Amino acid sequence: MSKLWLLIPEFMKTGLFAVGGGLATIPFLNEMGVKYGWFTTDTLSTMIAVSESTPGPIGINMATYVGYTVAGPAGAVLATLSIVAPSIVVICIIANYFQKFKNARIVQMIFAGLKPAVVAFIGAACLNLFISTLLYTKKGISGGIAEFFNWKCIILLVVLLALKQKFPKVHPIAFIVAAAAAGVVFSF
Amino acid sequence: MKVLLQLYMAWFKMGLFTFGGGYAMLPMIQREVIEKYHWATEDEIMDYYAIGQCTPGIIAVNTATFVGYYQKGILGGIMATLGVVSPSIIIIGLIASLISNFAELEVVRHALMGINVAVCMLMIQAIANLWKKSIKNIAAFCVFAAALLLSLFTGISTVWLVILAGVLGVLLSKAGWMKHE
Repeated sequence: MSKLWLLIPEFMKTGLFAVGGGLATIPFLNEMGVKYGWFTTDTLSTMIAVSESTPGPIGINMATYVGYTVAGPAGAVLATLSIVAPSIVVICIIANYFQKFKNARIVQMIFAGLKPAVVAFIGAACLNLFISTLLYTKKGISGGIAEFFNWKCIILLVVLLALKQKFPKVHPIAFIVAAAAAGVVFSF
Repeated sequence: MKVLLQLYMAWFKMGLFTFGGGYAMLPMIQREVIEKYHWATEDEIMDYYAIGQCTPGIIAVNTATFVGYYQKGILGGIMATLGVVSPSIIIIGLIASLISNFAELEVVRHALMGINVAVCMLMIQAIANLWKKSIKNIAAFCVFAAALLLSLFTGISTVWLVILAGVLGVLLSKAGWMKHE
């Protein structure tokens, strides 16, 4: 079987068994590289770095990149479609049942517990982003407390929060574009 | 037909301006899905996130499929999903073929640092919104605190934490400590 067609079962498998979001697909991608010799662990690290620094969900970016590396543009499209196909099927089935049962007492009770937990998961993801953006954790605090903070980023955060308070209607995209420009202009 | 196209375009836009995982998409979802198109409420998005967390696949994709399915059935789910993955295919395709050292470029690193700050700001806003709507009593706060501490300081998979939270929801509701609508 050619590489291109092998992408379909491999990525469907990843889409079906990687539970918990984009980063959960990494072990599957790693195994693909080892099993078929499509790419090395080093190449995979580069692909992960690029996927984190380009727009789009990380899991999709990685699938697209691996597909492209293995079999060009057709591979990129095929890998991406294959990784989402299982979840489209699963979610459509669940969505159908959820609609029927969401008003049941037991389901309401379950989701009353899930809501605060989801806020916590988002909070945890956010806290990790804060730490990696606002602090220099790699150096530790050996260089003094002042050098532990990424002052440029902290100042930008304060400015953006103030702007958001003043202009709540401005689209999130405008803030992202403005912050990217600020990052380039002031070499963050 | 019009709604299908709207689903594709709206999720394309959200995919194009999301940096990071599915959660980073929340500010964009609040603006587009909740405020602009009224395809779902904040509460429903939380439900989709919770389900997406313990079902296979990428959370952003699962959320897109959910929203699309409730608008236009299976075709709606497919269109929303294709919308959210299209920018990735285009952008990664270009980068993979043209600039393999993309992540190491100075200008990219600077821009990304700025973007991360914007995402931090947007997430603070998004979480403040959610907090007001989801943490209304002590029991909800306890579930929140337990889930936060466990996900920050232990390696327990989120799938198990979701199941645990669901069980707590039932127990606390039955005890009368937590209000379910």
